[in-house]
Amino acid sequence: MEKPLTKNIDFNRRPLNLKDYEKAGGYQSVKKVLKELGPKQVQQIVKDSNLKGRGGAGFGTGMKWGFVPMGDDAPKPKYLVCNADEMEPGTFKDRLLLEGDPHQLIEGMIVSAYAIQATTAYIFLRWAYKVSASLLEKSIAEAYEAGYLGKNILGSGYNLDMHLHTSVGRYMCGEETGLLNALEGKRAQPRVKPPFPQVCGLFGKPTIVNNVETLSNIPHIVNNGAAWFKGLSLSDEGGTKLYGVSGKVKKPGAWELPLGVTGRELIFEHAGGMQDGVKFKGALPGGASTDFLIEEHLDAKMDFSSLQKFGSRLGTGTMIILDDKTCPVGMLHNMQHFFAQESCGWCTPCRDGLPWVEKILKSIEDGKGKMEDLDTLSFHTHYLGPGNTFCALAPGAMEPLQSSLKYFKDDYEKHIKEQRCPWK
Amino acid sequence: MEVKKVKINVDGKNYEVDSSMNLLDACLSLGFDLPYFCWHPAMGSVGACRQCAVKSFKDNKDQKGKLVMACLEQVKDGARFSIIDNEAKEMRSNVIQWLMTNHPHDCPVCDEGGECHLQDMTVMTGHDYRKFRFNKRTYRNQYLGPFVNHEMNRCIQCYRCVRFYRDYADGRDFDSFAAHNHVYFGRAEDGALENEFSGNLIEVCPTGVFTDKTLKKHYTRKWDLTTAPSICHNCSLGCNIIAGERYGILRRILSRYNSQVNGYFLCDRGRFGYEYVNSNNRITKPLWNRKGSSGPLPASSSEVLNEAGKIISESKNIIGIGSPHASVESNFILQRLVGEKNFYNGISGSESQLVSLVIDILKKGPAYSPSMHDVEQSDAVLILGEDLTNTAPMMALAVRQSVKQKRNKIAQKLNIPAWQDAAVKEASQEERGPLFVAGYYPSKLDEIATETYYAAPPDIARFGFSIANIINKEAGTANDISNELKNSTKNIAEILLNADNPVIISGTSSKNKEVMEAGANVAWALCKAGKKAGLSFIVKESNSMGVSMLENKNLNDAINSAKGDQQDTLFILKNDLYSRENKKTIDDFIQNFKNIIVLDSFENPTTKIADIVIPVGTFAESNGTIVNNEGRAQRYYKVFIPRASDVKESWRWLNEIVNVSGKEEFRDLNSFYDFTKFISETIPIFKEIDKITPPPGFRIAGQKIPREPHRFSGRTAMNANLNVSEPKPPDDPDSALTFTMEGYRGEPPSSIIPFFWSPGWNSVQSINKYQIEVGGPLHGGDPGKRLIEPGNNDFNFFDPSSNYFKGKDGELFLLPVYHIFGSDELSNMSPAIQERIPKPYILLNEEFLKKENLKEGDDIKLELDNEKIKLPVKSNKNIPEGIAGYPVGLPGITFYDLPLWCKVGEAK
Repeated sequence: MEKPLTKNIDFNRRPLNLKDYEKAGGYQSVKKVLKELGPKQVQQIVKDSNLKGRGGAGFGTGMKWGFVPMGDDAPKPKYLVCNADEMEPGTFKDRLLLEGDPHQLIEGMIVSAYAIQATTAYIFLRWAYKVSASLLEKSIAEAYEAGYLGKNILGSGYNLDMHLHTSVGRYMCGEETGLLNALEGKRAQPRVKPPFPQVCGLFGKPTIVNNVETLSNIPHIVNNGAAWFKGLSLSDEGGTKLYGVSGKVKKPGAWELPLGVTGRELIFEHAGGMQDGVKFKGALPGGASTDFLIEEHLDAKMDFSSLQKFGSRLGTGTMIILDDKTCPVGMLHNMQHFFAQESCGWCTPCRDGLPWVEKILKSIEDGKGKMEDLDTLSFHTHYLGPGNTFCALAPGAMEPLQSSLKYFKDDYEKHIKEQRCPWK
Repeated sequence: MEVKKVKINVDGKNYEVDSSMNLLDACLSLGFDLPYFCWHPAMGSVGACRQCAVKSFKDNKDQKGKLVMACLEQVKDGARFSIIDNEAKEMRSNVIQWLMTNHPHDCPVCDEGGECHLQDMTVMTGHDYRKFRFNKRTYRNQYLGPFVNHEMNRCIQCYRCVRFYRDYADGRDFDSFAAHNHVYFGRAEDGALENEFSGNLIEVCPTGVFTDKTLKKHYTRKWDLTTAPSICHNCSLGCNIIAGERYGILRRILSRYNSQVNGYFLCDRGRFGYEYVNSNNRITKPLWNRKGSSGPLPASSSEVLNEAGKIISESKNIIGIGSPHASVESNFILQRLVGEKNFYNGISGSESQLVSLVIDILKKGPAYSPSMHDVEQSDAVLILGEDLTNTAPMMALAVRQSVKQKRNKIAQKLNIPAWQDAAVKEASQEERGPLFVAGYYPSKLDEIATETYYAAPPDIARFGFSIANIINKEAGTANDISNELKNSTKNIAEILLNADNPVIISGTSSKNKEVMEAGANVAWALCKAGKKAGLSFIVKESNSMGVSMLENKNLNDAINSAKGDQQDTLFILKNDLYSRENKKTIDDFIQNFKNIIVLDSFENPTTKIADIVIPVGTFAESNGTIVNNEGRAQRYYKVFIPRASDVKESWRWLNEIVNVSGKEEFRDLNSFYDFTKFISETIPIFKEIDKITPPPGFRIAGQKIPREPHRFSGRTAMNANLNVSEPKPPDDPDSALTFTMEGYRGEPPSSIIPFFWSPGWNSVQSINKYQIEVGGPLHGGDPGKRLIEPGNNDFNFFDPSSNYFKGKDGELFLLPVYHIFGSDELSNMSPAIQERIPKPYILLNEEFLKKENLKEGDDIKLELDNEKIKLPVKSNKNIPEGIAGYPVGLPGITFYDLPLWCKVGEAK
């Protein structure tokens, strides 16, 4: 099984420096696109590959790039931004790529920037990823020295500057438009779409924001072609995926697998199954902002379209497992505390609704819950939906809540009837 | 300009709306009661509060629809929406529920109660019972200065305050802090808000977070106030205000919407400078310094009336001095009382000539006099010699909006509509339209100027003349412009010529007529080039224009005419002569008179030398017509009848004196409107002033317009301490308003709106109901009428002067420096304003100070007008060497008729 994303990664040694990375076949795609392909052609390859954004939304990358105005009359400068602000609870796949093979990201960014004719690129990195920060700084400097960044790259006439920007630390900076505002030095608040960043993005100019994993796929797609990429997956969405599992499993971790493996394979094969003494109860397939899957869903393909049939979504593909010895209400409270705290404070439902949800969950956990609380939680799951709030933070927060109310209602009611947490 | 319309369907009915609007604009303009918080007609939509949720349907088969925010929906042809949809109603009610989780139950003790937008929206959405049973978040409050009170617990995080303060008014010392439900709006540290328009936070905030601190000192509920449409008297812009009174005390000033003049806002001098009306300095009884008495003593009205009448009828020569802050009517009656040739407008000589020049320029030239709304819409502005932020603050705010017009053009290219506030700003970043500022000292507008030029007034004039000459050779050239300046003037001329609505702003502040003539030349040259150029002049006082239209002869002329001859009588109307001329000059002047009669509201040096002092009402206690800098005649109405019964309107006192002194002229004129009408019929320039508001006989369904809302309380008990019987409410024969709450309940004509209110809309948001379309003109047109329209193209350019400024060794050229708090006589008497007035100082160039071995704060000794003065220095790198900035009007600052050369004494 081919593992293009992780083939260079070995955590028993330091990540490859530029020379070794080149020896392993690195930066070939940069040479290829600058010498043989025009930007539109690169866009077409990526479109054909059916690469879906790996940041969680699963929007077609090639299609996203297609909205960038091209040609001599297009507004300048254009920007490519890598969203490396991985803060979705349970998600650590980008960290693996950043700490494992920083040059892969840089190569992917150069090719992607070329495809949209961006001349400045930013890596917006989570504040806590200090190891990644120093690796990226070093790698960017190496790339400049080797002539892969800067003016007139490889004599092609194409210029690209790349900067590393470390965030100050809010979850909202991982939201595409919140990131752009933070990068501009403004409050990390999202923006209304339309206008879309492709039209009015960083500093009001056309901008593409892509996830680390998405960009890391680009060199391989360009080198091997769209058909090859599609062939890697088990569904009609192309490529491999970095899946992760955390929770009370025997071998929590992350693995590059064909896109479309089942949850059962992921948990019981790769993660070694549940620890002794605990049973599988449910799983959030793609980080905290996704809906629970239960036992009966574990044979579904873990890709962007299949999970929607079961009321969930792939998200980042890093699973959080709920076992039967862990209180679901406590788990929800933990997550809602996170979401309430990370609310940027701009729109009313998120800013004032999430703390209410959190307080109710705490109250239920503390044995002070009332049956009406479940109605309040329920109406929040309805009214904090997409479109009612300004961005996707609150709707994401409601996903685990609404599915927990669907599948674990008995557990909530037990807390309330017994006026205590039965798991304590 | 043809407005494109689209057809939308709201709850089953079709409506035609302006295609450029968003759905919230459209619904409010159609009269729907759709709740909102974060949207503001002057600031566009941001979609933060989620209060304006409505249902959007794909087509007429779509039964489910989806919730959208009306403020972010562009109206499109064929779009279908529902306001009354149950899910939309529930969403709107939920938003209130969420806001209420933290909102304190302060209503009974909150100043905002009764005019609170949150109260209104809560009732409108129908949210009632509280399900939230947890604790609320609380905040610490900050001291923000003497104007605005801070009570953060009430905040519903609508972000209007930061958007107004930072985005609209360009303030920097106020911001949003923290995140999630701890978002905080305040300063980095406690301290007075620095922005000159901070008071608008009071009206922009939908709850009681920001409230009027001056009102708090004598708090009254909105429904308990007696209010009338009035005009601010604290500068020449004539912003429309609503003044509210109770128990004989003026309580507060609110903005009165006028889309042409001040829009929704006011400056802090106008909003908080009213308390002088309640001052202890008020003269409440006539004073008579009888022969043989120890000084002026209280006398009865009839006594002084008779005495005044006797004096007038026996006077062979009499001089009448009018006032640039008294009404046209009062000045007119005085003029006729003393005889036209004996009447003087009361403005100091050097200034009066400049005001007359303004009127002359506007009359004869082709450039129109722009309203502040016109200035906002301008796409290129040139300012010559005016520190607008301090001499005409709301005009500075208008200029700040004008440089933002460019943003809309940039956003338009990306198909971003103008109302999508955040996206417009994002697309245009820091781009600003052209603004050129030439001043003799640095001003706050410099921070947004494309180019600034600091020079003494004569050089500013030459700068302006050069620009005019480049635009049109017929406007002659000034000599000796440096090459560097030549590039500047060429650039500016080009930009003005490429603009669609260029505006030139100058004024009398620099006390230099050539600066003003240069401004005129530029505007006229642009007109000749086919441009619709605006030419605006700032003058000093609220009725400088009006009284100058009546009479050109000024205070200086009066002083000269009195020299030598012994005069009988000096009659002064609302004018402290010692604030307009040197003490010695006035001391000498008054020696010439046997009798001095003064009509004024406050004790001042002039009332102290009077033989008879007659107590007259302030702007809040009189009706009047005044003319603002634009030339717009506007009517202000009496808010209340003073409790001191001897205090009457100046026009009424003057009319009584006329009657008692045997003048035949005004036999048939008795009420206020009689005079307005008479003036409009006899003086051509005032032809329209009788039509700017409805006459006193105006009725709607047989009813007058009440000054008090229908919930006004306490009428029967109010005077019980004086007399247990309830007095008959006083009549108001001078206007179509009543002093009660009885009267027509509906919408009055725009010029006679005493308060904004509509069923369900108790707060200032009710203004929406009075406008044709939200954010636009009021029903029936905005109040006021411009009296001067451009002349034909048959005029001559002014000859450019060849004067240039040359410093003198050992001397400094003193020029006036102005302060929003401190340079205005009337507002200086208000306690809140007094807290913000700076201490006396003198502004000097930093190089000059280095040469004199002086550092900031040291005293410098100066000799001027044969007097020696000492002032602490303030250093600045932009004020030209050889010039000193003298802060006029500050308490502790002696009056000098600037500009003036002074000798530099030994410095410390």
